[in-house]
Amino acid sequence: MKAHLTRRYLFSASHRLHAATLSPEENQAIYGKCNNPHGHGHNYALEVTVSGPVNAETGMVCDLGELDEAVHHDVIERFDHQNLNMLPDFDGLVPTTENLAQVSFNILKQSFRSAHLEKVRIEETLMNSFEYAAGGEPRY
Amino acid sequence: MVRRNMIYLTRKCEFSASHYYHNPQWTEEENRRVFGKCANLNGHGHNYTLEVTVKGEIDAATGFVIDLKQLKDLLNREVLEAMDHRHLNKEVPEFASRIPTTENIAIAIWQRLEKKLHLAKLHRVRLYELPDLFVDYYGEA
Repeated sequence: MKAHLTRRYLFSASHRLHAATLSPEENQAIYGKCNNPHGHGHNYALEVTVSGPVNAETGMVCDLGELDEAVHHDVIERFDHQNLNMLPDFDGLVPTTENLAQVSFNILKQSFRSAHLEKVRIEETLMNSFEYAAGGEPRY
Repeated sequence: MVRRNMIYLTRKCEFSASHYYHNPQWTEEENRRVFGKCANLNGHGHNYTLEVTVKGEIDAATGFVIDLKQLKDLLNREVLEAMDHRHLNKEVPEFASRIPTTENIAIAIWQRLEKKLHLAKLHRVRLYELPDLFVDYYGEA
């Protein structure tokens, strides 16, 4: 029997939305205050959803400790208390939360193999969230 | 075709409104039996929480699916101005002939937004009537 498991993590980071390919006026028009020169920060909440058959012996989809280890080591430590614009992941890529969700998904797809990675969901504020499922359609 | 860059973006907002449930083709007893205390014609109110999810591919230049401010303005214009601090039965045209259940409000919000949303595709309307009661509508007939 297949089950889905979602775990929630928190990290804080700063960013500035600015596209090098656009003029200063265009950047200001598109990104508004998110384009302010010195950046700003958020407390992000990251939800990682994995799926797989429930193991008959353990009753689990995967070992939560393994999932925590992968997410902490490869995503949280990479982004927490960092300026996202300065990271190689966002070299040439605007660190919108759309892109952050996709980057996080692709990192975890490589580093966590104990269950199928279904979806990454990131809350940028209490009012906004972004989901990436690599072509899948998130329904819950 | 699997669209690898598809992102689902959700914006949340809140509104407060009053309503009652009443089917004019039924007797008072039938209304009372089906709708219980929601049939009280003096109405009652809720704090609704609306979550609107749109989907689209990330624009390579901006990194956005849709400008969040435009989505917020659309929600303000189409939903909050029409429904916030209103009596749904008496002030929102859709509910002149439809009972403003949470299901029907979610569908009405979908229909309002879908007409005006050009930059991304509407994926889901989720409407909470109470923290432990919500409806999802995906635009299905």
